[in-house]
This record gives sequence, structure tokens and C-alpha cells, in this order.
Amino acid sequence: MTQGQAIDRTPPDPRDAAVLDAVIARHATMRGALLPLLHAVQEELGHVPDAAVPAIAEALNLSRAEVHGVITFYHDYRRAPAGRHVVRICRAESCQSRGGAAIEAAAAERLGVAMGATRDDGQVTLEPVYCLGLCAIGPNAMVDGRPVARVDGPALERIAIEVAA
Amino acid sequence: MTRVFVSADMASVALGADALADALAARGCEVVRTGSRGLFAIEPLVEVESDGGRIGYGPVGPGDVPAILDGSHPNRLGDVAALPFFARQQRFTFARCGITDPLSLSDYAAHDGWKGLAAARAAAPAEVVRTVRESGLRGRGGAGFPTGIKWQTVLDAKADEKFVVCNADEGDSGTFADRMLMEGDPYCLIEGMAIAGHAVGAGHGYIYIRSEYPFAIRVMREAILRSSHLIAPFVLEVREGAGAYVCGEETALLDSIEGKRGQVRAKPPLPAHVGLFGKPTVINNVLSLAAVPFILSEGPQAYAAVGFGRSRGTMPIQLAGNIRNGGLFEVGFGITLGELVNEIGGGTESGRPVRAVQVGGPLGAYFPPAMFDLPFDYEAFTAAGGLIGHAGITVFDDTVDMAHMARFAMEFCAVESCGKCTPCRIGSTRGVETIDRIIAARDTGPAGAAAVGGGLGKALHSRNPGRAATDGPANIAVLRDLCETMKFGSLCALGGFTPYPVLSALDHFPEDFGDGAHALPAAAE
Repeated sequence: MTQGQAIDRTPPDPRDAAVLDAVIARHATMRGALLPLLHAVQEELGHVPDAAVPAIAEALNLSRAEVHGVITFYHDYRRAPAGRHVVRICRAESCQSRGGAAIEAAAAERLGVAMGATRDDGQVTLEPVYCLGLCAIGPNAMVDGRPVARVDGPALERIAIEVAA
Repeated sequence: MTRVFVSADMASVALGADALADALAARGCEVVRTGSRGLFAIEPLVEVESDGGRIGYGPVGPGDVPAILDGSHPNRLGDVAALPFFARQQRFTFARCGITDPLSLSDYAAHDGWKGLAAARAAAPAEVVRTVRESGLRGRGGAGFPTGIKWQTVLDAKADEKFVVCNADEGDSGTFADRMLMEGDPYCLIEGMAIAGHAVGAGHGYIYIRSEYPFAIRVMREAILRSSHLIAPFVLEVREGAGAYVCGEETALLDSIEGKRGQVRAKPPLPAHVGLFGKPTVINNVLSLAAVPFILSEGPQAYAAVGFGRSRGTMPIQLAGNIRNGGLFEVGFGITLGELVNEIGGGTESGRPVRAVQVGGPLGAYFPPAMFDLPFDYEAFTAAGGLIGHAGITVFDDTVDMAHMARFAMEFCAVESCGKCTPCRIGSTRGVETIDRIIAARDTGPAGAAAVGGGLGKALHSRNPGRAATDGPANIAVLRDLCETMKFGSLCALGGFTPYPVLSALDHFPEDFGDGAHALPAAAE
């Protein structure tokens, strides 16, 4: 589970607030709207800013704690922006059986960022993923949403060049 | 114009199918994007339409296009369906996958689509439920509960509103059948859900798909749009998960759709009585629902005619990990593990000996080749201390360290625990620490284990250095005890089944846990 950090209480900037209002309006009549709404906010803003929590809570008639609880429970929601590129590497058993652990270590080394972190220059985020459902052709990665199978040294080099841009 | 077929399945795309399709289109071919046939060793695969049927070539890349089109390419496979990997299968659920354009309504109708729904709607709901019960279909998500009985319970429940929910949160490593079906034949799942809706009196259905499957989400949403008039008044909606493995547990999944943290509910009440939004709910796996159109159109006897013991019908088995012929193999229950891994799978891809296979995902047991005569059957696997789960088989060669795999099982449980019950939330973390001590003792002896630094060192020395044992045998006893607690004290299968991989690794591969492991044979149980 994600460790909670202090909540940032600055109000959303006006541009974010307009996006937020539109997203909230789109989900107003949906049952169980919180997850789809958070996905939409993240899609538009790149993350779910703490400053968005009060408005979301009010719109869905929830407490801020409930919304915060959901955001921090699910691995997908980000409270801070990701790097310009996101590289996700599968850590699950099937990829491990095909040398995934070595690729995971090599990726961290080559990209210069620890697993689960964003590089200081904001260029790339490296994240673990537990299974992409490509289990006979691992080790697998997802580079900015594009699946890549059979990741080996040369493939990793191509990924590194791609995310350097 | 030459018509060619190239899969747009996520696995095919990950192997380069898009570049192949583009190159074919650039040469003037009419490219039809299909689902995957399900044998990844021959992908990227293209099938070229000819008077004598489709001629397959694979694996091929964009540079091979000229040789494919003039028929001279050495990777010519001929009729793909005639390859041994496919000829041995019984494709009831995956009959269309890899052959049709997934989103083409005319393709679906031309390949027996909507026949099951028509048959269901011509019958009374109770009649449909009886048909499903007679087929012997059991929940394909892992638990193996009879689908017809679940439907009967919801049919009998009195409520102003009922729901059908499809569990497409296929998080187990080594499984991808749900994903392939949704990407390759989405109308089959839609038809199955519409039949379920008719059978139990539900007007609204949800498909909960994990966010790691963006292709499946896209295809299902489009398929629902295109087929809404055919399933009306039944209404379907896709809900996207958010990266929580535990949401594959049915009650956590329901909470997640409701917009809450995906925490497990205590049962009873069963979802069939108090489910989504508090209403009676049928919640089934993708493969259970996708098996239903066949059962309705061909009759329950046709389905029940294949199988083994109380496991009737076919199972789409997924051959994964370090295996030469990895992919999807749908066959009647009863085939042995050895046939699957060695004959059909062709052994490891690395060419080294098979050392272990994990069946049923991260919560499934590890089996050694000595147990390869085990038939694929719910009861046989339970008796052997494992589970077939979602029928994923992950193969490992002899370079695997089983103590590390046992540690990973605990680590995964710690990462993914919903936190509601203590055995799972705390036990998994204690399990990681205990296995770390076992590995340290194995690698360096007890003195080395005592010198372990970081958080573990602190835990060892915070009060009494003698409090935590550092030798292998004592820690293995602790680990077995911990597994007992998790197995019987956890609220759901995440904490309850994490002991399966751990204990099976201990029981079948004691040599990986140091000297002490032999001394304590099967203390648990």
C-alpha cells in the first residue's frame, strides 16, 4: 500500500479547476462514479492533485477522507506528475522465469532511476507492473502505453534511446 | 486485392504485428486485423487468403513481405489450424478467436454468433438456468463453483434490481485467456452476459477490466457500442480497474465498481443475495460467461460430453513462462500436466530441464516434474495441495531458486494486500522477513543471517538479539506456522492461498531452503 504523505491544501490553479469541473459534470449521474472520475482527472491532468480532492468529494457527496483513501489505495493513481516517459516493467512470475529480474536491474541501471521512482530531471518514471498478460513472451514492458515483448539487452537500449527524446 | 489476416492482439502487437500489418498494407493488401490464434512461437503471423484456404507464415517481419506475397518464404506454415498445437485442441469458447475480425458483427453472425442468445430468449429464465446447470459448467475464475447454482440463487432472489458482473480483473501471472477472448471475440462475452441477464432477470451488466489491459478495454467498449441494439433491453458498461490485484476477488471487485477502496467483504451474505449496490448479483469470470453461448446453442450435453470427473467441458489453458510453445490451449479437462508442459508446450524455451511449474497464478502451488501425471481437474489439484485457478501454467527451468520464488509470493501478497485482515496484511511482511533469514542462513550460515542489516537487522536486534532465531530449521518452522495462520485466518484467497506457493516450494524443493528443510517434512497439515 502507498504510504500517505501530508496533504497539499493549496487550491487548484484556475486551468485545472476548469478541467475538473468539466470532468465532474460528465460523471454527475454515474453510479459508483469515483474510479472513472479519478481516471478521467488523471487522463486530463497527468495526476490527481490533492487540491482536486475537496471538489470531487463534494460532487459525489463523499468525505475528503474517503476520496483520499481511494486515491492512495489504488496503485494507478498518482498524486504527483510522472516523468515525461513512463516505463513499466513486469515483475511477475512468468517474466521472472524468463530472466525478468536481470532486465529489471539493467533497466534501473541504464535509465538511471530506481524502480518505482521518477528521475530527477523528470524525463522518465520507472515502475513495476504485476503482469501485462503477455506471459509466454516475456520479459515484458510497457513504454508510454505501448507493449514490448521479449525485452533483452538490445531492446532495452532501444527503449532507453526512445525515452531520452 | 490480396486479403491477409494479422492479429491485433496485445501480445501480437508487442511482438511487432503492427509493423507487419503496415508493410502488408503498403504493398496493396487488404489487411484484416483479427485476434490471436494463440501460439506465440509463430507470431508475428500473417495468413494469406487463397482459393485453398488461408496460408500462414510466421514468425515474420515487415522485411519478409515480398517473399510472403510470392509464396516463397521459408516460414510457410500452411493451414494454421492443422498444426499439431491446434489440431489437438477442442475450441468451444475460443472457436472464433484468431479467425474473425473481432469487431465485425457480420463475421460474428456468420460464425454462429447470437445463436445462444436467441435460444435463451426463446426459453423461460428457469429453463436457461437449468441448461447451464446441466452443462456442468463451473466457475472458471478459480473457485470452480457451479455456475448454474449461482444463477439459480440470483434468479430466486426477490429484488427490484439485479446485476450481472463480469470479473475481467485477470491479474494472475501466467494467465491471459480473458484478455485474448475480450480482444479477439468480444461479442462472445457480450452474448454470454446478455444470456445471464435474461436468465436471472438483470437489466444491467458491468465488465470490470484491469487497467493493465488497455487493448481489451478499447475493444470491449467499441463492441458494446456496436452491439447495443442486439442485446437491448440489456445494457452493458465497462469499468476500468486501477492497478489493485485484490480487486480480482469478487467482493473487492464489487466495492471497486461502487467507487470504494477494493477491500474484501466478509461472506455471508453472498453476492448472489447482497451484491453490487446491495442488489442480487451474478458475478462470473470472463471464461465462464463466454462458455455460455456454446452451451445454449449446442446444448448442455455437447458441453458436458467432454471433461474429467466433476470437471466438465473445456478449459482454455495458458502455457506461459519459460516454455517453447507458449500460448492458449483449450481442451477438455483430464489432460495431464506432463502432456501440457512437455508434449504440447515442448519443454522450456531455454532448452534446460524443467524444474518447476506454477499452476494457477501467484496463489498457485509449485509442482516438480515428478508430479506431471496429475490430471487437469479441480479435485485432483486440490488433493495434490494446489489449485488450477485460472489455468495458467508457468514453467521454470533449473536455474530457478525456489526460496526466492517463495519469498516473491509473500512479497507480492504484502504489496497487494487490501489491509482488511491481519493474517494477510501483517503475515505477508513477516513471511518475507522469515524467508530472508532462511536464505541468509542457507547462503552464509546462522552467523551471516544475524549480520543482516537494514530493517531486518533492526527487527532482529531491536529488543533481544536472541528473540528471532537465525538458523534455518527454526525459521522454517516459523514459516510453516505462519502459513497455517494465513491459510485459515485470512478473509479471502489472497492471504489464504499465498501459502500454497510457499509451502509447495518448501515441500517439493527443500534443497533450496538449506539443510534444515529436510528435517521437517510437511509439518503443516
